[in-house]
Amino acid sequence: MDSTIIIEKSVIIVAVFALTMLMAMYSTWAERKVAAWLQDRVGPNRAGPFGLFQPLADGLKLFSKEEFEPNTPNRFLFFVGPAIAMSTALMTSAVIPWGDRLHLFGRDILLQATDLNIGLLYFFGVVSVGVYGIMIGGWASNNKFSLIGAVRAASQMVSYEIAMGLSIIALLMMTGTLSLREISEQQAGMNWNVFYQPLSFIIFLICAFAESNRTPFDLAECETELIGGYHTEYSSMKMGFYLFAEYANMFISSTILAVLFFGGYNYPGMSWVVENWGVNIANILGFAALFIKLCGFIFFYMWVRWTIPRFRYDQLMHLGWRILIPLAIINIIITGIVILRAEIATYLGF
Amino acid sequence: MSIESISLSGRKKLVSNKEMTFWERMYLIAIVKGLIITIQHLFTRKVTIQYPEQVREMSPVYRGQHQLKRDEQGRENCTACGLCALSCPAEAITMKAEERRGDEKHLYREEKYASIYEINMLRCIFCGLCEEACPKDAIYLTTSKVLVPSSYEREDFIFGKDKLVMPLDIAMKNAQLKNAN
Repeated sequence: MDSTIIIEKSVIIVAVFALTMLMAMYSTWAERKVAAWLQDRVGPNRAGPFGLFQPLADGLKLFSKEEFEPNTPNRFLFFVGPAIAMSTALMTSAVIPWGDRLHLFGRDILLQATDLNIGLLYFFGVVSVGVYGIMIGGWASNNKFSLIGAVRAASQMVSYEIAMGLSIIALLMMTGTLSLREISEQQAGMNWNVFYQPLSFIIFLICAFAESNRTPFDLAECETELIGGYHTEYSSMKMGFYLFAEYANMFISSTILAVLFFGGYNYPGMSWVVENWGVNIANILGFAALFIKLCGFIFFYMWVRWTIPRFRYDQLMHLGWRILIPLAIINIIITGIVILRAEIATYLGF
Repeated sequence: MSIESISLSGRKKLVSNKEMTFWERMYLIAIVKGLIITIQHLFTRKVTIQYPEQVREMSPVYRGQHQLKRDEQGRENCTACGLCALSCPAEAITMKAEERRGDEKHLYREEKYASIYEINMLRCIFCGLCEEACPKDAIYLTTSKVLVPSSYEREDFIFGKDKLVMPLDIAMKNAQLKNAN
C-alpha cells in the first residue's frame, strides 16, 4: 500500500514538474509570438514549424554562454539566488488539483501531488519566499542597478501580497476552506467563484500581475531604467533560471486564478460525462478544461503586457496601498454582510 | 480674429486640466478599450515579407544600376555631350570626350565618344534625370536588383566604363531578338 502511493505520487510529481517546465519553456515562445502578432509582426518562425523549436534553441544558447561572475563578496548568495527563485516557482504546483480523480488499476488516483488542507496558505507562503530569490540575487550582484531592482521587487511584492491576501479572504469566507481541492469541488456546475466575487477576482488578478513581476508592474527589471534589474549581472543558465522562474510563476498564478475563480477542472456538463462516459474520460476532459483556462490566463498576461505601459513607482505603491487594500477590505465587509443576512434569514425561517 | 485663436495647422488643441470623473480615475474602462485595440491587431494581416523565400515586388518605375547602351551593331550610343552630367542634381557624372578615329567606326556610333565615363555611386541618388536628359538613348537606369556592392575603398564606388557599358554579347543578343521580331 505504502509503496504504491509513493509510486503514484512520484509519477504525479514528475508529470507536474515536466508540465511546469514545458509550459515555462513554451510560454517564452508564446510570449514572442503574441508580442509579434499584437505588433503586426510574424514572430519567430525559423526554428522548426511555426518556430516551435525556438525555446530549445534559446535554452541551448543560454547553456553555451559564458558563466560570468561579478567581483562579489557574496559568491554563495550569488549562486543561491536563482536556485531559490526556480525552486519556489516549481514548489507551488504541488497543491494544485489538476483534475478530480482517475480510476486506474482498481484504485482512485487523485490528480494532485498533495491535498493539503491549507493548500492556499501554502501557496501564499511559497510565493512570498520567491521574493528572496530576487532579493538575494540582486544583493549579491554587487551592482547598483541590481540592488535597486531587488529593493523595488521586494517592496512591491510585500505590498501587493497584503491586497492579494485580503481579496482572497472574501473568497474564503464564502468557501469556508483553504483546500484547493474542496474549492474546486464547490465550483462544480458553473458555480464559478468569479460570478460571486467579481471584485475579489479583479483585485486578485491585479495583484497576481504584481506578484509575478509582469508588465505593467515589472519595475523590478524595467530595461529602460535598470538595464535588467536584479538579473543584470547574471549570465548563462543562472539568468536562464531567473527568466524561467518568472514564466513558471506566470503559469502557476494563471493556474491558481483558474482554480480559485474559474472553476478549476470543472466544465459544464461534467456530471453528465461522468455518468455516461465514466470517471476517467470526464477527468481527462477536466484537465483539458483547466489547461484551456490557464492558457487563456497566460494569453491574458501577454495581452496586457503589450497594451499597458509600465507604472511609475509611486503610482504602483499608491495603487497597492490606497486603492486595492481598501477595496479588498470593503469587499470583505460586503461579503460578511451578505453571508450574515443569509444566515439570519435562514434562522428566522424566511 | 485674435492671435490666440489662429491655428496654422488646424490641429491646435487646448490643454485641459479638468478633474477626471470617478470612472475615469478607475482606468478600468480605458484599459479595456486599450485591450480591444491591441486584440484587433492580432487579426490584422501581417505585412512581413519572408525575405529569402519571398522577394518584395519591385515598383514599375524602379530605377537601379545605370547602363550605357549599345545599338544593334554593338556600337556605343554615347556621344559625350555632357547633358547627363549637367542634369545630374547630385553631380555624380564626369566624362571626357574624344573624337572618333576612322578605324573606330565599329565601336562608336557618333563622331564623338566618351573615353572616360564615370559615375560616383556614392553621390548618385538614382533619380533618373540623366536618362531623361540623354538625347542619344545612351544611358538607362536598369531594373537590376543588384545595387552598389559594398566595399572598403572609396575608389570602388566610382564606376567607370568597364562596369557601365552594356556587355557586347548582350547587345548582340538584343539585336538578334529585335530582328527576329
